[in-house]
Amino acid sequence: MAVSESWTAALATPIIRPMSANTLIRRVLKPIIWGLSLAPAVWLCWLGWQVLHGNPDTLGANPVEYLNRYLGDWALRFLLIALSVTPLRILTGWAQIIRFRRLLGLFAFFYVALHLASYIGVDQFFDWLAIWQDIVKRTYITIGMAAFVLLTVLAATSTKGMIKRLGGKRWNGLHKTVYAAGLLGCIHFFMMRKGVQLEPIIYGGILLALFAVRGFNGLRRR
Amino acid sequence: MLIRTKKASDVKSSEITPKSLFDQRRKFLKTAAIAGAGLAIGSIGGSTKADAAKLPNLTKTRWNAKTVGKDLTPYRSVTGYNNFYEFGTGKTDPITYAKDFEPRPWAIKVDGLCENPGTYSYEDLVNPHKLEERVYRFRCVEAWSMVVPWVGIPLGDIIKRLSPTGDAKYVAFETLNDPDRMPGQRRRVLQWPYREGLRLDEAMNPLTLFTVGLYGEELPNQNGAPIRLVVPWKYGFKSIKSIVRISFTAKQPPTSWNMSAPREYGFYSNVNPEVNHPRWSQAKERNIGEFLKKPTLMLNGYEEEVAAMYAGMDMRKNF
Repeated sequence: MAVSESWTAALATPIIRPMSANTLIRRVLKPIIWGLSLAPAVWLCWLGWQVLHGNPDTLGANPVEYLNRYLGDWALRFLLIALSVTPLRILTGWAQIIRFRRLLGLFAFFYVALHLASYIGVDQFFDWLAIWQDIVKRTYITIGMAAFVLLTVLAATSTKGMIKRLGGKRWNGLHKTVYAAGLLGCIHFFMMRKGVQLEPIIYGGILLALFAVRGFNGLRRR
Repeated sequence: MLIRTKKASDVKSSEITPKSLFDQRRKFLKTAAIAGAGLAIGSIGGSTKADAAKLPNLTKTRWNAKTVGKDLTPYRSVTGYNNFYEFGTGKTDPITYAKDFEPRPWAIKVDGLCENPGTYSYEDLVNPHKLEERVYRFRCVEAWSMVVPWVGIPLGDIIKRLSPTGDAKYVAFETLNDPDRMPGQRRRVLQWPYREGLRLDEAMNPLTLFTVGLYGEELPNQNGAPIRLVVPWKYGFKSIKSIVRISFTAKQPPTSWNMSAPREYGFYSNVNPEVNHPRWSQAKERNIGEFLKKPTLMLNGYEEEVAAMYAGMDMRKNF
């Protein structure tokens, strides 16, 4: 058939100019990361759609809790993923990987913001007094809020313009506090769970491993 | 308020099902249920209505679907959304991992300050009594709640048969400790076995139910088969599941969550919207199946029946 012939012809045509690393990152890898990073949100929308269309148990018996936990889980995962970019650069020597760092950090902030929004707008349903009391009295929520405030500052100063305005050194110093946000996130998760549970320990272990890679590297370079 | 219930001695011996016949019936019901489940199209995993044995001739009580003032929580939520860390810490872990748990034969060891210590079978303890249906509000410390039609025997009636001595002031309970049958116990989320306890007057209160079923059938495994407590004015974790030991003591017994985090979980753990918990505000609760949180009632709405037991006690200090 004509169609398949033209396809084979197209495939047979040799690529004259190999893609530059820059093009590969911008045209291929970044869109892939966008897609993968949005996948949990898209999946959640799909589950939510099912809840509204005849399958009310898709999010379990307590959909409000499911929503909040799901977003919290992904917020922490993306925070750890963003924190693993530099250790991966150290381990692999692939310098270009740093170009994904801001995108992944902003996705972490995206899920953190959704996690907080679901707590305020769905779980507490804008009961501001109850929310304030939670922040003041319940340590794990205080810690979670502190991480959110920190990440908001980092997201707001993540643009090239802000790097210029602050100056590279100061900007770097400010953005080192992302380590603190990671730590606060892990503590928030550990404290939220009752008893001694495995999952928060695994997340904490990953965070420690990432710190260790940076620490060893720092010592080696001295 | 004291509710008249038949005492053990009131039951005619002709009414008691001999164990052999009982076992036969159970076997028959199980086989029938398995056959039935095979016919049912698209049956759900875990314990379903089809494969649990119906409990016949339930005595109606004044705690029923009308007087509870709320709709019953659907069966699928009562049996599919559980905290039972012996089978895992996720809410759907119990229905998943308790599926193959075999709750019979079952023995309960009774010891401590009582006149009739010893090891009793499920049948020894349960068969002499008439089963009652009681619809109670159930309030978890995590600020969610349900309305459940339980089936059981007033714990006081069981305790009377065990005859605690004058020195007994508390009753302690233990859950089965068997990591082979309860996979969640392979990790030390808590110090196993799970332990709970009540003051003797709390245990004897007519509300406290020695529970063997829900929704008119035997307890599904994930809900604490074959025997659990239901103490409706206390947070759910006080209602210990899969009980294998009952001890009468003079001193307040250690309890699992209190051992794990004493600042958070007191011995009494009475539902109290005014006493703050370091983790959850207890002022409101989300009834499973509803979107908006609603105010939590003092002593979970059972103030009239139980408040007198705590007269003069500082509920904030003894939380």
